[in-house]
Amino acid sequence: MDTLQVLTYLVWLVASVTFIIALKFLASPKTARTGNLLGAAGMALVVAWTFFTSPGMLENWWIVIVGGAVGSVAGFLGAKRVAMTAMPQMVAIFNGAGGGAAAVVAIAEYLEFADHGDGLLPLPFVIATLLGAVIGSVALTGSVVAFGKLQGIVTSRPYMLPGQQMITGAMFLALFVIGVYIVGFENSIPLFLVFCVIALAAGVVLTMPIGGADMPVVVSLLNSYTGIAVAASGFVLGNYALLIAGTLVGASGAILTQLMTKAMNRSLFNVLFAGFGTGGGAVAAGAEGEEQLREINAEDVAVLMAYGKRVIIVPGYGMAVAQAQGPVRELMDLLIAKGVDVQFAIHPVAGRMPGHMNVLLAEANVPYDRLKEMDEINDDFADTDVALVIGANDVVNPSAREEGSPISGMPILNVDAAQNIVVLKRGRGTGFAGIPNPLFSNEKTAMLFGDAKPSIEALVAGVKQA
Amino acid sequence: MELSAFELLSALFILVLAAVVGYEVVSKVPTMLHTPLMSGANAVHGVIVVGAMLVAASAEGPVRIVLALLGVILGTINVVGGFVVTDRMLEMFKRRPGDQPGER
Repeated sequence: MDTLQVLTYLVWLVASVTFIIALKFLASPKTARTGNLLGAAGMALVVAWTFFTSPGMLENWWIVIVGGAVGSVAGFLGAKRVAMTAMPQMVAIFNGAGGGAAAVVAIAEYLEFADHGDGLLPLPFVIATLLGAVIGSVALTGSVVAFGKLQGIVTSRPYMLPGQQMITGAMFLALFVIGVYIVGFENSIPLFLVFCVIALAAGVVLTMPIGGADMPVVVSLLNSYTGIAVAASGFVLGNYALLIAGTLVGASGAILTQLMTKAMNRSLFNVLFAGFGTGGGAVAAGAEGEEQLREINAEDVAVLMAYGKRVIIVPGYGMAVAQAQGPVRELMDLLIAKGVDVQFAIHPVAGRMPGHMNVLLAEANVPYDRLKEMDEINDDFADTDVALVIGANDVVNPSAREEGSPISGMPILNVDAAQNIVVLKRGRGTGFAGIPNPLFSNEKTAMLFGDAKPSIEALVAGVKQA
Repeated sequence: MELSAFELLSALFILVLAAVVGYEVVSKVPTMLHTPLMSGANAVHGVIVVGAMLVAASAEGPVRIVLALLGVILGTINVVGGFVVTDRMLEMFKRRPGDQPGER
């Protein structure tokens, strides 16, 4: 082993350590930003080292420069321009890019192997290459579908193909058979390409039946998949930086996915295969409930809050869409000035991603200590004058407590225990999961229809006058 | 192409230990950091760009050059976009309570 190789291994070691510390630091609010920068520094180091020390770069440097420039501009502009409400989609698309890169690297590796052509390839290499190709491809197309669902380009409803299970089963069987054939019998570039195409289609077919409300879990899972695909590449290329970083993300992504499904009181299996929200019976109940909705105007809500002792605000995706976090903070300040105790109840899956509401409210400078997690605040609702629900739906749906609803068993915020419930809602439709919500027809509930931002602004004006 | 038992075992050790570390590191995370953490982890697997660079370094012929170029572009989007968007999310946690909200 020459000096350059030794140094290369040491660079990988340093980079791996920065990645580990980055993830560790990201787990605490105080250190999170430093952690992210540290991870970026480690990445810059290993990228620069690879560029300046790889022998073939003398000739092919332009590929990296051109590709790197295009990718940097696209990634940077995408990340900088995206509205904070669209963050989940952005994470999905970046993950898809990573999965695609892993698949492309696996394809290039396979072509390289197949060219050497003297009989069968070393078993571990071929298996790892196939794994990288299949997992990377699924992560790519799965992420694109998740992006489409979150962005509203693709229906957020679960979409089942006719004979969904047959098709899924046939795809897995085909992947397995082709995989075994390539590993055990013959190298074949055409077959390998067919293998990749089936894997790409599988990513679509597996993601389409999952409802939009479950996309955060799917994005997290696909993130973990990309990690595994990267680890497989690292193994094939003999590059420990890739092996370690990929495995780290694969493992931590799996745990994160688990934490998210736990917060929804569902199993991963249930999320992936339940065809969430397709129950026909529940829809009929919704039509009945709609007629009983009680409407209220902003002035009345303002008075109700201004003269109450305690108000709990329950933000949801509606607040994010309307970009209403700024006015919400203003409302909070005014109420506090009037001596009202204002708290925020944050459901673990409110919005499109865990932590989504925290990010938005932090952006509007709502102090952390006013943001309460579900378990912390659920008992306080009974003692609350007004629960103000801003564009949240499924996370406050009491039918989760009963059997037979698609969200049965999901822990919810006990909004219905409050003295008065005011729901800000854009329209009369059902929530993202497509499930009717009996909270809206509760006799204590009043509805304030309209886009959240003007509605909150009207409340702010009302509280000022009250 | 040869692969020694030692190399295979080393890779296995690294794989298992890295998985344990990954598991441990994110086991206790407050909910509000789930999204930034996912996004940060997303940026970390962008290290696949190094794999794409290695493909580029040995690329010959149009097919492989196109593959390498595609790999580098996608990998770079993953890395750059991932770190930048994570930083943007975390930037919001930084401002202290009581600051004036910025102009929008």
